[in-house]
Amino acid sequence: MSLLSKKQIGFTLNGEHVEVAFAPHKTLLEVLREDLNLTGTKHGCELGECGTCAVLVDGRSILSCLMLGLDAEDREVKTIEGMAQGAELHPLQQTFADLGAAQCGYCTPGFLLVAEELLKKSPNPSRAEIQEALSGNLCRCTGYLKIYEAVELAAQQIRGE
Amino acid sequence: MVSKDFKVIGKPFRKVDARAKCVGQTKFADDIVLPRMLFCKILRSHLPHALIKRIDVSKALALPGVFAVITGKDLPIPYGILPVSQDEHALCVDKVRFIGDPVAAVAALDEDVAFDAMNLIEVEYEPLNTISTIEEAVLIDEPRIHEYGDSGNVHKKVSLEFGNVEDGFAMADLVREDTFFYEGNTHLPMEQHAAVAHFDSDGKITLWSSTQTPHYVHRALAKVLELPASHIRVIATPNGGGFGGKSDPFNHEVAVCKLSMITGRPVKVTLTREEVFYCHRGRHPVLMKVKTGVKNDGAITAMHFESYLDGGAYGSYGVASTFYTGALQTVTYEVPRYKFQGLRAFTNKPPCGPKRGHGTPQPRYALEVQIDKIAEQLRLDPAEMRRKHLAPANTVTANYLRIGSMGLGECIDRVVEGSDWKNRFRKLPYGKGVGIACSSYICGAGLPIYWNNMPQSGVQLRLDRQGGVCVMCGSTDIGQGSDSILAYIVAEVLGIDPFDIRVVTADTDLTPVDLGSYSSRVTLMTGNAAIQAAERARELLVIAVAEKLGVPIENLSLAERRVFDVENPDVGVSFAEAVVLAESKFGTIGTVGSYTPPRSPGKFKGSGVGPSPAYSYSAAVAEVDVNPDTGIVVVERVWIAHDIGRSINPMLVLGQVEGSVYMGLGEILMEEMTYRTNRNVVHKFPSMLEYKSPTTMEMCDVVTYLIEDPDPNGPYGAKEVGQGPLLPIPPAVANAVYDAVGVRIDEVPITPEKVMRALRDKGRGRDPRYGPDSVPPVAWPDPLRVLTPAEGGDGTEMPHVAVHS
Repeated sequence: MSLLSKKQIGFTLNGEHVEVAFAPHKTLLEVLREDLNLTGTKHGCELGECGTCAVLVDGRSILSCLMLGLDAEDREVKTIEGMAQGAELHPLQQTFADLGAAQCGYCTPGFLLVAEELLKKSPNPSRAEIQEALSGNLCRCTGYLKIYEAVELAAQQIRGE
Repeated sequence: MVSKDFKVIGKPFRKVDARAKCVGQTKFADDIVLPRMLFCKILRSHLPHALIKRIDVSKALALPGVFAVITGKDLPIPYGILPVSQDEHALCVDKVRFIGDPVAAVAALDEDVAFDAMNLIEVEYEPLNTISTIEEAVLIDEPRIHEYGDSGNVHKKVSLEFGNVEDGFAMADLVREDTFFYEGNTHLPMEQHAAVAHFDSDGKITLWSSTQTPHYVHRALAKVLELPASHIRVIATPNGGGFGGKSDPFNHEVAVCKLSMITGRPVKVTLTREEVFYCHRGRHPVLMKVKTGVKNDGAITAMHFESYLDGGAYGSYGVASTFYTGALQTVTYEVPRYKFQGLRAFTNKPPCGPKRGHGTPQPRYALEVQIDKIAEQLRLDPAEMRRKHLAPANTVTANYLRIGSMGLGECIDRVVEGSDWKNRFRKLPYGKGVGIACSSYICGAGLPIYWNNMPQSGVQLRLDRQGGVCVMCGSTDIGQGSDSILAYIVAEVLGIDPFDIRVVTADTDLTPVDLGSYSSRVTLMTGNAAIQAAERARELLVIAVAEKLGVPIENLSLAERRVFDVENPDVGVSFAEAVVLAESKFGTIGTVGSYTPPRSPGKFKGSGVGPSPAYSYSAAVAEVDVNPDTGIVVVERVWIAHDIGRSINPMLVLGQVEGSVYMGLGEILMEEMTYRTNRNVVHKFPSMLEYKSPTTMEMCDVVTYLIEDPDPNGPYGAKEVGQGPLLPIPPAVANAVYDAVGVRIDEVPITPEKVMRALRDKGRGRDPRYGPDSVPPVAWPDPLRVLTPAEGGDGTEMPHVAVHS
């Protein structure tokens, strides 16, 4: 029974140090949702197929359903809950909301974090670059087009144009 | 008086819940955590068809951490979405009918324990022969999958004739017969179904669930749990995508309620992705035969449409789906005589049901590809031929569907112009092609699922003396933006900002009934109900303000959070003050609105499916690149025009059009629910990796044109957009593939193998076509005959006369 054998680790979560104890077989996705109550990270398959559970670990997007929680020890994890600066939404969050890039909103946290990673690496991405970067994230509502537009507008805003 | 100068309607406001969705605050069903909550796992059948001889749960119950295990005998009452198909049990009682059918449910301290317990349940089965195809269901009566239905393994047979089609074929210059097959596919919502039930110490139960139809779940729970409906509360959480896949009452919803009643603790279930494939209720595989007679100018003289649906193991919405495969053929082009025969088969597969377009993408594919073939044979331009023979606006079709506004002509014009059709059709180099197709869809079903005389949608408004407005409605936001539509409409009528409004929806305790998010009904029906409720509130406000200001009521306008004299705008009060005046005069301010669709002119048996307050129209041109060496089809661009009536919010409308194009592309190019061809009927790939759906790399450019021709039945003239724009995409792509390489793929999806086989046949001088050649032999009953309106019919069936043909 998983309740009997918890391991405790510490890591940086959305800029804050956290200590958490959990059964060692748990994925980072489960630790975030179940042990840290951060349910903003979603799941669509828990097999690494859909991109829904993407979070940033040390600035790189990873699928949290494929990473053991224990492997987060001493690393920096960023989830959707850590994307806004205080009450100020990240430009991507703003443009996704304003341009209709989030319909049901279930895949949105994963898309936002992968898009944030892209814009850090490539502040002025071409449409093809955006498509490539987001190709591991499935969305069944939008047909992706409003997502591209939101990423492009946020990139423009971040560049200060 | 409705002002033409809208403040909110037609403006691209963000959705009222958009920011919450972008910061991770939206609570989906699986995000709900309650103290002392247990977790449920469901044991499912690994056999496609078998009798349950014995179930032993003792080892599972003995496992530490397990609180309850239930089986079919704990929930003996059947249920189902349609009154005529009450054929499901939350847990199978004596028989399993497909791989994935639920057999037992466990509640335990955590998911791991529940999983271990599930594997300790012993079930002894006696396997039965399986029925795995439509043909088998038609030809093999025993064993029967169900003990009800029209015969053997045929669930439903429908046979209707409007006018005399043989007369029509005799008048035709050309009669074509074609057969088509549209493979089944599934919704694949990103959110796996989840539900949490909590039975409290007062004997009341609350279910939070990712459902599109909380009202129907409420009814099913009252029946199956044998509790008074007043003790059951169903709250639909925001759906992480639905597309029709969360429209049935589901076994897992019933199971967690029962487990919570037994344990006295909250119980959660979250399906795995594999289980979501088994829930299914997706697109029916449909085999079709179409016989159409036309004059030399392309005018249709008669059509005889046959459809054969693979229903899977349960009824679900299937009777309605069957009628839908034959209903909407008549609302795009004029069809003066029409015959429809439809059959739904039971097979040992996950049950099919409603997916975006419910029962209409399959016949639309057949019809639009056949029209392309006819146009070629008659040497007519397929766009012009369609344009010339449109079903007229404000008429009643041969099968008694009342068409109101009809913007298809303009839709065709826009995509023809936008795609430079005339310079490209049949003129592009080998491997490149363009194709056109059109479609129509209902804006809500004319009749509710269970017979009643009550409204289909209700809205309640409460105005707070501080100026707050709360709008309550049973509708369910599944991502389409129905919560926002309520806020926009109420804000428009009351002259306030949509973000001033609190929207409370989809809670059977708090909100008046709306039947649910299906059949593209929500904007039209809740919108009309919201207008009525808001206008009633507006009336109370202006009476009170007119009295206070000494201004005639008709001079008052509501805008920018004020109620003021239009002739002297400085004279007025704030919206909040207006509510105070109204509350002082009338007491607490609450109003209601409701909507019931107009009666259909059809009165014959079977006329319940197809009527709608309005029909939306779409036309699309697809441009493809077909590689003749690999058979790979790349859709490069789609031009689509959609007759929306009026956009309540054009940004949301465009999002629905683009999402529909995307889903149509998935269906035509890659998505299929297929099963191994041995007798085991195992799903080939119940996973997102192998069930291919379009990623960013497969999605094409989309150029969208919105045609705004307000319909008198729509709120501000609005019609639907959530489903209709999917319909023209599969046939437009198929017609473009023919334009590119000269092969007809009469079977969906168009995979590279099918293209290669057709190209090989073409190279050998054979029929350059891939698709079915025949339909199963069926003894159809004499059709129910109805005189068409043009023949002076009144919508009732003719007396039955035995005719030997």
